[in-house]
Amino acid sequence: MSEGDESNSDEQGYVYYRDRPNWKDIEPIPQDDGPNPVVQIAYTDKFKDVYDYLRAVIRKGEKTERVLELTMDAIECNPANYTVWHYRREVLQELKKDLKSELEFAEETVLNEPKNYQVWYHRQKLVEWSNDPSRELYLTAEVFKDDSKNYHAWQHRQWTIRTYGLWSNELEFVDGLLKEDFRNNSAWNQRYFVIINTTGYTEEVVKNEVKYVIDFIKVAPNNESAWNYLTGILKGGRISDHEPVLKLIDSLRSQHVPSPFLLSTMIDVYEEEVANGKKESLEKAVKICEELGSKIDPVRKRYWEYTSRRLISAYGPLDST
Amino acid sequence: MGTPVKDVELPDRPELQELLLEKHASYIETFEKNKDDLDYCMTEFLRVSGIYWCLTAMDLIGQLDRMNKTEILDYVMSCFDKDTGGFRPAVNHDPHLLYTLSAVQILILYDSVSLIDKDRIVSFVSKLQQPDGSFVGDRWGEVDTRFSFCALATLSLLGRLDAVDIEKSVQFISSCMNFDGGFGVIPGSESHAGQVYCCVGSLAICKRLDVINADQLGWWLCERQLPSGGLNGRPEKLPDVCYSWWVLASLSIIGRIHWIDKERLTQFIMATQDDETGGFSDRPGDMVDPFHTLFGLAGLSLLGNRQIKGVNLIFCLPQNVIERLELDYELLKE
Repeated sequence: MSEGDESNSDEQGYVYYRDRPNWKDIEPIPQDDGPNPVVQIAYTDKFKDVYDYLRAVIRKGEKTERVLELTMDAIECNPANYTVWHYRREVLQELKKDLKSELEFAEETVLNEPKNYQVWYHRQKLVEWSNDPSRELYLTAEVFKDDSKNYHAWQHRQWTIRTYGLWSNELEFVDGLLKEDFRNNSAWNQRYFVIINTTGYTEEVVKNEVKYVIDFIKVAPNNESAWNYLTGILKGGRISDHEPVLKLIDSLRSQHVPSPFLLSTMIDVYEEEVANGKKESLEKAVKICEELGSKIDPVRKRYWEYTSRRLISAYGPLDST
Repeated sequence: MGTPVKDVELPDRPELQELLLEKHASYIETFEKNKDDLDYCMTEFLRVSGIYWCLTAMDLIGQLDRMNKTEILDYVMSCFDKDTGGFRPAVNHDPHLLYTLSAVQILILYDSVSLIDKDRIVSFVSKLQQPDGSFVGDRWGEVDTRFSFCALATLSLLGRLDAVDIEKSVQFISSCMNFDGGFGVIPGSESHAGQVYCCVGSLAICKRLDVINADQLGWWLCERQLPSGGLNGRPEKLPDVCYSWWVLASLSIIGRIHWIDKERLTQFIMATQDDETGGFSDRPGDMVDPFHTLFGLAGLSLLGNRQIKGVNLIFCLPQNVIERLELDYELLKE
């Protein structure tokens, strides 16, 4: 919530609607908080002025140019108020406005308030109405420059790509983001989104993706997002069928990298081996669980204890017990 | 090979190690009475939810009688839109599923459901279900797994789950499951702990937790815990007290709450108290608000703090209130 100083607006020449000659015909409606005003609000003057007039025009159903201006002021006072945005869209439709300037206004607002849910939704509606998605990939990319994990922007981008079939350069875009920040979970998610909706994870794609993600893991073996992507795309198959993953594990293990994600994947591999009849791997897996719970990841001790118990009850008992 | 972790440091303030119950009660009481506050007027568009956060927080610490029941119920009822059967966040706003759930939670809390025409609400909610099983939040048509939860929780609280297609609801939620075991807003969108709670809660209400890979999701959820003890909502994001609720409640529903370090999380939540004003904030040192105050208290309740009443992990209402309703839902065991 912004801490706006409303008095500034007055100094900058704001004229109250109640003082504007061309609004004389409207009787403002103050906030009615019901019979017992438990939640009556002491508004700042401008806020009260704008919303009293807005209530009046909504009740009257007026959809004119001056209402567009009024909704603009109302949005400025409180951009999170979704009723205002809805009413503004109704006015835009009624007046059959050229959407170009509205798209520009929405673009500016998105860039100033990228975490405002209402303005993204407004933008989506405008793109739909104008059937013009040409700025959306640029606009979301702009937002990612400041906040590469902005959830609304990612949703807007996915919506645009899915609705208008703009898949062709997306993997390249994601690759750029991951090279800037390989811990960007949103970008890894987008990578999955693109592939699952285009080529799908065929045997060959999986092979290439494994190679791709391994290069990132080598640089930062504690990168949760990259490991989740790796194990996510291998789900359903066997990790041990992928030689590069086994090599990665061996290499990081020999360097004694204390990564819970690495060790967790090792446990998965040992589990595959036990399931395949290699009984001695059970003890190795259980030992790793102990190492994780006691030294490397004690915060999640109980999870590792559980994993150990689960393995023993599925494949045990241990030879030594 | 060190990995930089986005996290915060807890202040070394012994006075924050104690739960400041009376301060929190007086913070909420004042918040509801002090209408001059700018935050108060800026949040008009979510007023009914604000009232729900305040009331539940007060009830959890045994101070509900400090709130004015008659005035609150009058106000909430004045937000009921007889035409659609939904609740508005405030007078002069449009009805929406989010505020319909909050209003129903308030009515349940005050054991006053008889004040409303249940059938009208049920009709409002069921009309928002789409052919693919998803729910839109209002007539404007936005889809979000949050709205699936609002719809299913509202109907469950009213004992009318039969009014929507449960199988389709479950199918849609399943389609939002990601490769990491978590859930997003719609199919394809990134896993987020808040959405995970909505999806897991929905599946618990539908008694279809079999859809989830509980071990994988449980690990993803407990990976949200950072060295400070706090929980984040996505990888590489800062911890925030509200995730003490979304993550903990999800873990509890799937029977794995003990996978996180309770002691460290308790310390983190305690450190977000404001010992001058009362209330909890998102992170130590930030401004408090009723939203984080409720989820701080509810989180501590799930962690076993006995100064706070037991909280129901699906509906985020005091457990004794939910027990009165004898609701049927599913919980998993490790």
